[in-house]
Amino acid sequence: MRFTKDHEWVELAGDTATIGITVYAAEQLGDVVFVELPAAGKAVKPGDALAVVESVKAASDVFAPIGGEVTAANDALSGAPQTVNEAPEAAGWFVKLKVADAAEVDALMDRAAYDAFLKTL
Amino acid sequence: MRYLPLTDADRADMLAVIGAADIDALFVDVPKAARLDGPVDLPGHAGELAVERALGALAGQNRAAGAGPFFCGAGAYRHHVPASVDHLIQRSEFLTSYTPYQPEISQGTLQVLFEFQTQVAALMGLPVANASMYDGSTACAEAVMMAARVTGRRKAVLSGGLHPHYAQTAHTLAHSAGVETRRLGAAVDAERAVVEAIDEGTACVVVQTPNVFGTVTDVTAIAEAAHAAGALIIVVAAEAVSLGLLKSPGEMGADIAVAEGQSIGNGLNFGGPYVGLFACREALTRQMPGRLCGETVDAEGRRGFVLTLSTREQHIRRDKATSNICTNSGLCALAFSIHMSLLGGAGLRALAEENHAQARALHAALAAPPGVEILTHRYFNEFALRLPRPAAEVVESLAAKGILAGVPFSRLDPEAGLGDVLLVCATEMTTAEDIAALASALKAEITP
Amino acid sequence: MNAVPGVGRPTRPDAVASPAAPAHPGKGLAQDEPLIFELGGWDKTGVDFSAKARGGDRDSSDLEGLTRAVPLRLPGLSEPETLRHYVRLSQKNHAIDLALYPLGSCTMKHNPRMGEKLARLAGFADIHPLQPISTVQGALALMGQLAHWLKTLTGMPAIALSPKAGAHGELCGLLAIRAAHEARGDARKTVLVPTSAHGTNPATAALAGYQVAQIAQTADGHVDLADLAGKLHPDVAAVMVTNPNTCGLFERDVIEIARLTHEAGAYFYCDGANFNAIVGRVRPGDLGVDAMHINLHKTFSTPHGGGGPGAGPVVLSAALAPYAPIPWLTQGEAGFDLTEEATGGAKSSVGRMCAFHGQMGMFVRALAYMKSHGSDGLLRVAEDAVLNANYVKARLSGVMTASYPDGPCMHEVLFDDRWLEGTGVSTLDFAKAMIDAGFHPMTMYFPLVVRGAMLIEPTETESRRELDRFCDTLLDLAAAVRARDVERFKGAPFHAPLRRLDETLAARKPRLAWTL
Repeated sequence: MRFTKDHEWVELAGDTATIGITVYAAEQLGDVVFVELPAAGKAVKPGDALAVVESVKAASDVFAPIGGEVTAANDALSGAPQTVNEAPEAAGWFVKLKVADAAEVDALMDRAAYDAFLKTL
Repeated sequence: MRYLPLTDADRADMLAVIGAADIDALFVDVPKAARLDGPVDLPGHAGELAVERALGALAGQNRAAGAGPFFCGAGAYRHHVPASVDHLIQRSEFLTSYTPYQPEISQGTLQVLFEFQTQVAALMGLPVANASMYDGSTACAEAVMMAARVTGRRKAVLSGGLHPHYAQTAHTLAHSAGVETRRLGAAVDAERAVVEAIDEGTACVVVQTPNVFGTVTDVTAIAEAAHAAGALIIVVAAEAVSLGLLKSPGEMGADIAVAEGQSIGNGLNFGGPYVGLFACREALTRQMPGRLCGETVDAEGRRGFVLTLSTREQHIRRDKATSNICTNSGLCALAFSIHMSLLGGAGLRALAEENHAQARALHAALAAPPGVEILTHRYFNEFALRLPRPAAEVVESLAAKGILAGVPFSRLDPEAGLGDVLLVCATEMTTAEDIAALASALKAEITP
Repeated sequence: MNAVPGVGRPTRPDAVASPAAPAHPGKGLAQDEPLIFELGGWDKTGVDFSAKARGGDRDSSDLEGLTRAVPLRLPGLSEPETLRHYVRLSQKNHAIDLALYPLGSCTMKHNPRMGEKLARLAGFADIHPLQPISTVQGALALMGQLAHWLKTLTGMPAIALSPKAGAHGELCGLLAIRAAHEARGDARKTVLVPTSAHGTNPATAALAGYQVAQIAQTADGHVDLADLAGKLHPDVAAVMVTNPNTCGLFERDVIEIARLTHEAGAYFYCDGANFNAIVGRVRPGDLGVDAMHINLHKTFSTPHGGGGPGAGPVVLSAALAPYAPIPWLTQGEAGFDLTEEATGGAKSSVGRMCAFHGQMGMFVRALAYMKSHGSDGLLRVAEDAVLNANYVKARLSGVMTASYPDGPCMHEVLFDDRWLEGTGVSTLDFAKAMIDAGFHPMTMYFPLVVRGAMLIEPTETESRRELDRFCDTLLDLAAAVRARDVERFKGAPFHAPLRRLDETLAARKPRLAWTL
């Protein structure tokens, strides 16, 4: 699993990347009440707005950490947004992308680097 | 000064506590060049009696609707407001409270909003309604922009029966946001014409029933045509009382319905404050403008209400908000809701039927004078006449005789070439004597 | 994902108990009150119709096929039931008539009842917006007087009266700016807004078709001039600044802000939400402002009504005056008139922003308020508003951390949560405990430029005694924080009509209307 400074995680399996927000991000947001997800087929470049995650008092854009095409969105979140708080780095995933360039994933932080980054905040 | 409780002794003590030499020391950040050295050039303070006299004199220069026969409608309606409505909205706890952001101590306002939303949703025949907009015209403009967001399209087709002020407001507000409005030519029975104007870029069609000429239209087929083209239909009602009798927008397939709620619980007030009603299909909820009140529970499991889905709104979403609206029409919504609670569904229907009956009596009386042509045939409580003379002249002349005969269409749209069209309205306030007076004065006015 | 400080604060109570069975229909003399839909009035009405209307005259056969197929399912209540319902509900609200209402940036001041009386005179309340102009000369004269007072107080040459609230006024101003640029073939794309701005500023800029860029703020709470200068490129249409700003500080560089803005060909929009601090003492026109909305429901005391209605007239500089929305009020030999079409001499107008002429009911109240105070009284309004805020600041600063301790504040004072660090009590907890002690909380977590913001605006209509009551209460609560009486705060309020509400549940499973 790889991480970004925007508190997103990416897990690559074959050419499919699963993307979500980190435990830290979920804690910062508080109770997640709604997640707006893209439709399958949407193509994104790194940095594009990919999804919106909402708590009662905030709405945050989730930016694509890597480029690719959306192959699936976690539709279970619409009925159970609390999953993002309960298991942000597992069942609370947001989207799956068909990766354009796997090297973009390698360029992200590993767990140790991300943990070190969190200590600086 | 009667509204300022601090005494000179208080001021001196407080400056001492602050550690400031004088009041000017508190304004040090204001550039010297911009500080006034004395009061501005306006009159000095005045007692309550003096102010009452001054404003009372201005009020006295206006002709109140209740002073004689009165037939104006066209977006603002004169109805009876029960005394208890005006009494209740002047309760301190409603009148002088703020937006209910602290739900533990705002349950009164919040429960009212929840009840208001429920009443509006029922009237509109749609599942979701918000906690009010400024008025019907701005609600209509917001609906157009919402339809553009929902569909990703940038064009709106406005019927020629839409109140011209609503069409102009939609144009002003939507244009800079990148949504183009196209208003079709004004015509008495114009709603169905929007169908021909729909194309693949159409975000929505906007139709009004009863429209500005009073014509009532079943818009079901228009809704079907809009939906078939991937567009939304916005149904506008400028006279909320009509919703008690006529098919609701939801029944006819509306995606978004907006209305002017003034005519329930609120006076004419020379055009404001009024209350915009806004309802939509459930799937569109997160694209709505304005505040929403929702049900929840407190820490002890008791039912309560809070403002919710606020991430749509400006104070959280800022430049990505669904609207910039903050202050709405809370107290007018309360007046609406109290009057609706007194009426109930059955009472509103009875009120609507009484309005329709009065309009029928007016219709019959005005069909008689030769030279008057009645243009509207399916109407609720107002309709259009064609006169043999410019309507504005006739209205002015009758006003001098103590009769406010209605609204010349040219007042709303001088470019439409309908200078001889007069819009007249009857409500439960209109008496048989009023109708007879208008019919006879109009006859005298237009007889050569 | 961007993390904003304070947004993750709890939005549901720590524990939601199962509902206690209600043993009695009230507590003390505070009555429980169900929804009107639960009161059983499905066949009742509190309005009697004449026998004629109930009888055979009712005939809707000409509307066959156009009427409701299913009856409207809404309950009605008799008049006594209606009175009880709404009076019981009213008692669950706080109100300015009950106690100080310290909401920063909201200007919750006393609402004179004279305004209510005058706005209800038939000559104002019972006139139709489309009556012949000859029959509403007094109403137009009132609008003319209001316009004169507002223009004189702001030192601005023109005014648009029709905007219905502050945000509507902001849009009016930006549309005029947009039109002015377009008229000289210089369409621009960006509006600059400080980080401490009200949310309506960026929302309005976006609605007016602009991109929003932020101006940084200095450590002492002012617009960062260097940052502004660097961002004032030729594509900037306007700079929107609230002055005094939402940190309660006067932008001391305001004249320089205006100069830089004009030098870049942009216009200076001032958010007038905080005009109460300077009314009668400073004229925005002297500061280089091109457009400013005035919240009549703040500075000029028309009641907030639980969220509205307001009114947001906009004063305009000579450069922007031609673009004012219709209707235009004019005065000639024959009296007052309205220009209601954006044609002819009004062709430059941005058009119509709403049906009719604006919030007449609010105009009456605001003019009554202004005439009562007069120029001398309005000066005193600003002085006392600023004095009261500085008094609160002086009394609380020893205990709570003022965000900008150096120098005076204007009409409101900003504290943050540094003094709560490590106590286990948050801004939210402290504010909710104020309810148990008899006060409405201050504005919390706004502006976003400090952590755990607490923004207090007492207004000039508070007496010394009420201010002391308020300060004593906050100091007492602060002592409880220092004594680590955390329980008193965590579960607060305990004595309000309801305890903390589960906002998370409300947002996750929205129930926005009553259903059977």
